[in-house]
Amino acid sequence: MANPILDTFFEEADELLEQLAEGLARMRGADPDAEVLNSIFRAVHSIKGGAGAFKLTDLVAFAHHFETVLDALRSGTLDLTPAIMHTLTRSADFLTDLVEAARDGAAIAPDLSAGFLQALQACLGDMAIEAVDAWDNFEFAAITLDLSPLDEPLVTGFHITFRPHAMLYANGHEPALLFAALAELGSLTTTLDQSGLPDWDAFDPMQPRLSWRLDLRTDDTETAVQEVFEFVHGLCDLTIAPLRPTALPEPQAAPLAVLAPLIPAAEPAAKATLDDKPETRGPKPTLRVDLDRVDRLINAVGELIINQAMIAQRFADLTGAADEDLGLHIEDYRLLARDIQEGVMAIRAQPVKSLFQRMSRIVREVSGDTGKPADLITQGEATEVDKTLVERLADPLTHMIRNAVDHGLEDAATRVAAGKPAIGTIRLSASHRSGSVVITVKDDGAGLNRPKILDIARRKGLVAPDADLSDTEIDGLLFLPGFSTATAVSNLSGRGVGLDVVRNAVAALGGRITIVSVPGQGTEFTILLPLTLAVMDGMVVEVGGQTLVVPITSIIETIRPQPADLHRIGTDDILLSVRGRMVPVIDVARSLGFRAEAEAATMPYLLLVESEALGTCALVVDAVQDQRQVVIKSLESNFGAVAGVSAATVLGDGRIALILDTEAIAASRKPPHLHAAHSPFDTGRTPHAHA
Amino acid sequence: MTLKVLAIDDSRTIRELLRQVMEGAGFAFTAARDGVEGVAAHADLRPDVVITDINMPNLDGYGVIDAIRKGSVDSDVPILVLTTESGEPLKARARAAGATGWIVKPFDDVSLVSVVRRVTGAFG
Repeated sequence: MANPILDTFFEEADELLEQLAEGLARMRGADPDAEVLNSIFRAVHSIKGGAGAFKLTDLVAFAHHFETVLDALRSGTLDLTPAIMHTLTRSADFLTDLVEAARDGAAIAPDLSAGFLQALQACLGDMAIEAVDAWDNFEFAAITLDLSPLDEPLVTGFHITFRPHAMLYANGHEPALLFAALAELGSLTTTLDQSGLPDWDAFDPMQPRLSWRLDLRTDDTETAVQEVFEFVHGLCDLTIAPLRPTALPEPQAAPLAVLAPLIPAAEPAAKATLDDKPETRGPKPTLRVDLDRVDRLINAVGELIINQAMIAQRFADLTGAADEDLGLHIEDYRLLARDIQEGVMAIRAQPVKSLFQRMSRIVREVSGDTGKPADLITQGEATEVDKTLVERLADPLTHMIRNAVDHGLEDAATRVAAGKPAIGTIRLSASHRSGSVVITVKDDGAGLNRPKILDIARRKGLVAPDADLSDTEIDGLLFLPGFSTATAVSNLSGRGVGLDVVRNAVAALGGRITIVSVPGQGTEFTILLPLTLAVMDGMVVEVGGQTLVVPITSIIETIRPQPADLHRIGTDDILLSVRGRMVPVIDVARSLGFRAEAEAATMPYLLLVESEALGTCALVVDAVQDQRQVVIKSLESNFGAVAGVSAATVLGDGRIALILDTEAIAASRKPPHLHAAHSPFDTGRTPHAHA
Repeated sequence: MTLKVLAIDDSRTIRELLRQVMEGAGFAFTAARDGVEGVAAHADLRPDVVITDINMPNLDGYGVIDAIRKGSVDSDVPILVLTTESGEPLKARARAAGATGWIVKPFDDVSLVSVVRRVTGAFG
């Protein structure tokens, strides 16, 4: 965009819209607090002010109507009714649309605008909305026409008498400056009238006694002269009389120069302090930086971390040459690199607040469209996550929120019959949990209808007709491609996509999603995401002679199994007994093609992981080497999507290790009663780690 | 002599616009984000002219004028009010409150600079 201040305006408008939404949310149900009303008034007012500077006419006109209604509420001339509250909420949404449209340079349908303007006008009843001030107040100030008969001699100047009141000085005016402005219109003669000065004894320095007689020779109109005195109107005695050519007095000797001593000399000493102190006060100062620059820095820090790990590895390999000093330096280096990395990551961190606030609008819309009353409660809005996560979560989250209202909640009558409040509640929360971001969407609806889900899955051929699935497995069916629980295809939550799209979006961010549902009490979706997309904490393991990295976020537990805990079922399947629970065991080496099918797997280590396809399952690895932070390097640009592998990283010794996609690995080993139609391994491609 | 302008406005957009115009016209520019910050900045920096918004959190524009006029530091500094209204009631109120003049938003660069020059005497 060409104008950086326009960027600033849109950024600020987003913040103001948030402030507006927040204020409106606080107004609902309660008697409006004066400060809340003030803050939302200011938000709309500031948007109008900024929009005016860029001549965004639609935005200004609408903001002006909106502001008028808010002002009436603020001053108490209008009472807040539910109908007006509704109009305010919808107007805030429309204002958001207008800002969005202005940003994209798109047009808003005129009848839509007209509808909203009418709704706002309706709130005010008989009260009028003043026209918006014109853009060009300055250029087109009203001009008084000179109606003097044409045969009269032309005005060639003005005779002015001017006697300032105390207030004029108090308001920061300086007669000399007014005279200087007059002198710009033509040639000015000033005569100081000291006759008002009392005796020395009676002199009060705070009382103005001086007056001036001014003769101005100019071709300008009286309006131009009036304008010079515009700011002091009422703060002085002023007469302005036109001069006719005949009455023109001789210019007197001392024109403006006489006044020079009156203009206060600026003190040079005081000036120096300002120039080096821009915006020194107030809340935390901020710096706006191009995202590309931050990303370059992040890449460089990634390299630094790899480099540090390589040096540490080399040093560790130099057995015998135990230089303790060098060891300490390397440790310092590691800590510093980590500090720098955390600092750089923090630059990209953003609170999820803006994302969450968008969701309250989604709830309102879906609630309006479905007729199911719903409230959104948000928690943890200040939780900071990577900027990219905030951006890329918008779509999946929107989808989940729509689903929660549309499918999760019952209609009001059913809720009341079940002894619940008529208005449904959607809870959206964010928090940090051991290096991950957890986002949950929870409704207090009827819970998942498992018999219905199973029935649909059977009819669609997603599961075998005789399959006996656990509740978790049934819930997991929701994430299968093409699954939809709505009996009539709902355009609302559906939008042609299912929860599989949500899951894929989350997986693409290196996260996972799970469902917990209690019949009659509601459903909770939990999204677990890495804090950043550039590095992650991983467990370095060995599988079939290859080094792999497993994301820590997906590991629940590491187990060294006892032979008695392993139960062989049939020829191929092994189950692990964990505290009385049976979980399927997956041989990662076989899944990835590192080991021939026939070769018997020894099972020194098992990683317990959570997956949607299988629920909890155990992955076989040969050795656990280390737990460390790794820099994620995408493989997709060079190799396309590789089944079972989400990315790669460079280890300290310079080797490349693949990062395991545990979800895909689990999906590749579905139990026999689930059809393997959606296995990501259908392509037959097998990845190999490069040395 | 570089004249110092202090602008008080809660809108970042307006502050940036004012900065662009004022610095472009050769003034030294400082901005404050609300009335309280603005009054303090006035005492600290002793600007040659103050430009203040009216609708602001903490202390509004009239409060700013009142605080400066009743204060002990440069209480007769020219103060210009930024307003979206241009009607006579606003002008009367601004005058009565002690404002030196006003600037109607949206402002254009030329008139803004000319008003500031008018009240500071920074001619030419």
